[in-house]
Amino acid sequence: MNNLNFTFPQKVKTFCFALMAVGFISIIASFAVDTPSVADAHYHHTRAWANILIGSFFFMAVGLGAAFFMGLQYAAEAGWATSVKRITEAVSWFLPWGLSLMMLMFILGHFGVHNLYAFFDKDVIEHDVKVQEKMGYFGAFWWARTILYMAGWLYFTHKLRQNSVDADHVSDNSHHWKNVKLGAWFMVLFAVTSSTASWDWVMSLDIHWFSTLFGWYVFSGMWVSAIICITLIVVYLRKLGYLDFVTESTIHDLGKWMFAISFLWTYLYFAQFLLYWYADIPEEVIYFQQRWENYKALMWTMFFINFTFPMIMLMSRDSKRNFWFLTFVGFVILAGHYLDVIVMVMPATVGTHWTGLSWMEIGPFLGFLGLFIFVVFTNLTKRPLAVKNHPFMDEALHHSV
Amino acid sequence: MAGTVTKKVIHGVYDDEVPLLEACKKLGKAGIKIKDVFTPFPIHGIDPIVGVPRTRLAICAFLYGLTGCGLATLMMWYMMVSDWPIDIGGKPNWSYVYNIPAFIPITFEATIFCAGHGMALTFLLRCMLIPGARPKNPDPRTTNDKFLIYLELTEDQTSQADGILRSAGASEVNYKGIVTEKLAY
Repeated sequence: MNNLNFTFPQKVKTFCFALMAVGFISIIASFAVDTPSVADAHYHHTRAWANILIGSFFFMAVGLGAAFFMGLQYAAEAGWATSVKRITEAVSWFLPWGLSLMMLMFILGHFGVHNLYAFFDKDVIEHDVKVQEKMGYFGAFWWARTILYMAGWLYFTHKLRQNSVDADHVSDNSHHWKNVKLGAWFMVLFAVTSSTASWDWVMSLDIHWFSTLFGWYVFSGMWVSAIICITLIVVYLRKLGYLDFVTESTIHDLGKWMFAISFLWTYLYFAQFLLYWYADIPEEVIYFQQRWENYKALMWTMFFINFTFPMIMLMSRDSKRNFWFLTFVGFVILAGHYLDVIVMVMPATVGTHWTGLSWMEIGPFLGFLGLFIFVVFTNLTKRPLAVKNHPFMDEALHHSV
Repeated sequence: MAGTVTKKVIHGVYDDEVPLLEACKKLGKAGIKIKDVFTPFPIHGIDPIVGVPRTRLAICAFLYGLTGCGLATLMMWYMMVSDWPIDIGGKPNWSYVYNIPAFIPITFEATIFCAGHGMALTFLLRCMLIPGARPKNPDPRTTNDKFLIYLELTEDQTSQADGILRSAGASEVNYKGIVTEKLAY
């Protein structure tokens, strides 16, 4: 193992700032041009705000997915991914940034700066009996839950990472066993809060609609996105000459995860669709009707990229061992899951004013991507790229499939 | 005898998989063909060293899956659309394509059922693990704690192979008689 101290290449840093500048400018510009073609009293730069929410949520979810993956490895006592553990840790620590952005959006919504969430909008509440009935769930209780999710996730992610670093300086395995316990408890918390947070933060955009499966559908999307980000960073760092101790089999296994979780996503997406399609109850099927009528092309593209594309591209062993190919497929699926979040948020907010995918979506995506890469790579420079004294490290170094 | 060659059967027995792998690598370098390897558990990464070709089981799985997918579609089309269309939940089965979401779960399950069972059966048949099959294991201790390299060599390669097996740390090198093979012309 050599070259354990990552230095942030200046070129990449410049690239990140360029992306952030593009994002910033396009967000400002979209506020200037974003007006509905048909007059609508409830439309206040909704598309521009929705794009900020989408970017914040997507990359927050990537961080959260990585934190979940980290906890999962401990709870399952799995050893194969120990050699890429520091990458997972770095990705997971985008979480404070992502959650801050989400919190900012909630506070702005609470004070009526944007009206993405109907339960923040006094005008809507006044005229909608169904929303009034739900206010017990959405008022102060909603804020209490939001704060609980954020505090809980940050606490566990921070603790898991801190113990991992502290373990580098001691000779026994005590920190590892602490993390096994923490990981198991985090799984319990995450199982509940990942679902409820998806309801509270994303599903609540469609204030009248509900689906208990929605949380798992969002969760599988965030999980596969996190796996892709970890894989892409590992492949990139190896190209730069780091991570020579990560075996090809480990990356092959990450590719298998990409493949498998893409199917989990498809399974959940289709399960949700099938039940609503079959029952055909107006208040339930409205969710898919909105998407079918105004977002048909986007919905089919998103479904094709997230299901058919990985199925065909990642089925064979050779495709997962060709890292250029894996990188290409990873980027495409990552974009596919961003589209998925767009299809979740846009019909509920912009609705019929949608005019098709444009620079107003792509610009903010690039901006948030720049921020994400910048934060994650900065995190990577702060710690050695390999863990010391981890009881499963030896297993990971000899991993072979 | 004309057209035949006589070969010696050699068992290189090891206590661990690491020296066994080393011996396999050395034999490969010396150009000596390994007939087979018997171990108590699967050893990762041994296939390319011993010279076992990549498995074609995945191709079979694909074909079985395709069969299952086709059969399920045919069955449901006949039962639900062609023979006796039933109106379920306000969705009359006049068309397969319009009602396709309802048929997807069964197509999926049938695909997996056929792929899974077909693959398991193919694997068992390919290994000749059928009722009444006779064990081909040359040394019963390989089912317990011994690792064995099985060689069939002509006289001129024997002493070199013996040296390699021992130098890699074989606990025993056993000579188990001779076999006669027909020469391929």
